[in-house]
Amino acid sequence: MAVSSVQARTEAFFAERKSESNDRLRKVLIGLIVVSLYPILDQWLGIGLLGSLIPILMYALLAMGLNIVVGYAGLLDIGYVAFFIIGAYAQAFLTSPNSFFIRNGVVPGFVQNFWVAMLFSWVLAAIFGVLIGAPTLRLRGDYLAIVTLGFGEIVPDFFTNAAGITGGPRGIGQIAKPPAIPLPGDRSISFSSTDHVSWFYLLLAVGLLTLFVITRLYDSRMGRAWQAIREDEIAAASMGIPPVSTKLWAFALGASFAGFAGSVYSGYVQSVYPDQFQFSISILVLSMVILGGIGNIYGVLAGALIIGSFDRILSIKLTPPINSLGRTISDWPTPFGNIGEFLSTHELSSDRFFIFGLALVLVMILKPGGLFPSKQRAAEMQGDDDNFEFDDYETNQTLRAARRKEA
Amino acid sequence: MNWTLFFQMVIIGIATGSLIALIALGYTLVYGIVELINFAHGEVFMLGAFFAGSFIGVTGVTSENSTLQIVGTLLLALVASMVFCAVLNALIDRVAYRRLRNAPRLAPLIAAIGFSFILQNVAIYWKGPNPLIAPKILPKEFTQYNILKRWDIFGGYFDDKFIRFMAKDVMVIAITIPLLIGMSWFVYHTRIGTAMRATAQDREAAALMGIDINRTIQVAFLVGGALAGAAGMVALIYNSSARFNMGFQYGLFAFTAAVLGGIGNLFGAVVGGLLIGLIWAMSDGWMPTVVPGWGAQWTNTVIFSILVLVLIFRPAGLFGKATTEKV
Repeated sequence: MAVSSVQARTEAFFAERKSESNDRLRKVLIGLIVVSLYPILDQWLGIGLLGSLIPILMYALLAMGLNIVVGYAGLLDIGYVAFFIIGAYAQAFLTSPNSFFIRNGVVPGFVQNFWVAMLFSWVLAAIFGVLIGAPTLRLRGDYLAIVTLGFGEIVPDFFTNAAGITGGPRGIGQIAKPPAIPLPGDRSISFSSTDHVSWFYLLLAVGLLTLFVITRLYDSRMGRAWQAIREDEIAAASMGIPPVSTKLWAFALGASFAGFAGSVYSGYVQSVYPDQFQFSISILVLSMVILGGIGNIYGVLAGALIIGSFDRILSIKLTPPINSLGRTISDWPTPFGNIGEFLSTHELSSDRFFIFGLALVLVMILKPGGLFPSKQRAAEMQGDDDNFEFDDYETNQTLRAARRKEA
Repeated sequence: MNWTLFFQMVIIGIATGSLIALIALGYTLVYGIVELINFAHGEVFMLGAFFAGSFIGVTGVTSENSTLQIVGTLLLALVASMVFCAVLNALIDRVAYRRLRNAPRLAPLIAAIGFSFILQNVAIYWKGPNPLIAPKILPKEFTQYNILKRWDIFGGYFDDKFIRFMAKDVMVIAITIPLLIGMSWFVYHTRIGTAMRATAQDREAAALMGIDINRTIQVAFLVGGALAGAAGMVALIYNSSARFNMGFQYGLFAFTAAVLGGIGNLFGAVVGGLLIGLIWAMSDGWMPTVVPGWGAQWTNTVIFSILVLVLIFRPAGLFGKATTEKV
């Protein structure tokens, strides 16, 4: 092939890629403007959902971090809550006047600030990510999943039981909130739990920073190494990518973002206790990543929005209409007993995990790449097409014969 | 050192351990053949306990009835909850896992986690979130009856004040051992059991020898489910209550037992189950008297640490051979 033709094709390829990325940038910018104008819209139209959006944004932070581990590097972590709790408690230890470490004068004064402590929590969670990941990442995928689950149980248990340091089941209160930002004039932006607008923008800023860092990571040499390891570890290793340290980077970075989210959460709720951090949180975040589109960060954000808004808004708003529907049909006879009576007192929020479990199963069976898949990841999750098998033996024999003929 | 308490905990540990062994066998059977950690297995066990409870409730037999009626009802409930769980387990496989046979390993595992949450909620819809109290079918004397006292072989040392070996402990063991013998006969001495072992060794070669792979896998799910059902019924009677979230703890403990014994190894699962049962009972009852500051709240941490340590340092378990990943 002539040199010029190769050059032309290469240029065309890069031109196409550039226009694609411009296109995406435009979409992101439009989305960003809409989202950042939301508080004004909310106040103007009197929707009153801003308070519910704050936990959803925190879920989004967690989901983006988990996506590094599960989506990019292909490591199933079902104990992600461990790093969330480490970040949250680190923030509490560093800033609450009730904490064991502050009472004993271990924490220097400048660290007791929300922002500084946040950085420390971030680093601390990453360190724990390395400590937990280093011995376990040699394990095969499904064993690794169970080990992460084990840590996801041990860490909250530790915070419950080591009551002398952690305050036990009652946890730690009076965690520092971000210091108020003074404005010209007498006013200032304060961050108490009812200041939804300022928390919304704080989380938006933190989320955008995370999004930026993660997308840059994905396109970096490390990001490509993650994908290579995910697709075929042995092939990647023989091309010179060190599997364990590459996975460790993914694990530690994923952990660090969970710690980050934990420290922000800690500052928002201002008191942490172990019961807030159960296995179900790990699964909630995992279903966001899987439903949205494993490996595709915008898909994951959509997943966080869908699941988070069901969790925090829809399940609460839809309960009264369903209850009243139940009351109107309470005298309808059905073969399954009185459905109307069941519906009239039913709380939709108790169905959350039924629905999330169902979502996990359905996505795996019907659309393994999630609702907004990354093309590459979807193809992998479909399985190897060359070895596709049917349910019955005869058909498989015919299929194999046909393949042999082709070869 | 309190030796009386120690032996008491050994007895409790063996009873709970044999329960865990029954559940662990379900994990190990399925993992041996399809290499899937059936995360929903603990929930199948829990639903077995719920089913047995409502079955006994429907028959209306209580401790007032004659011994024959009580024993008959218990046996019927055992068989019924075994059938129920076997069908449930095989149904989950048919609906979800079978479609994911050729997908990467993580896909069926994620589906199994999903099913575990679905089944927990099914249990809540069915019986509510509060603990289900077992029907009062066993006479009170039976559950509190100390067999050692009756025999008096140790010169009165083992009476009510000291070691109790309750009739209900005997019941657990009397149900578990025949089931274990029956299962090992099934796996090692029947045609379909041989097919299961062949499939576990090399699925493709087994298929070429004319073994129907899907049917064999289905049988593994049926057998595993049946054992979980039996364990569910026994756990309900033994603990005299069941709750929608009990499957998580029992399931993970049983999985730890399976890993400890070498996953895929049936004998290992039984030994692992007994070991985990003993560790559980010791940590709950005996350790607090030996280690200052110890309490039952550390049991979960201990068992999960065992799980993590075994997986890291000896992934093939106590009785397994180390294997290398095939390309």
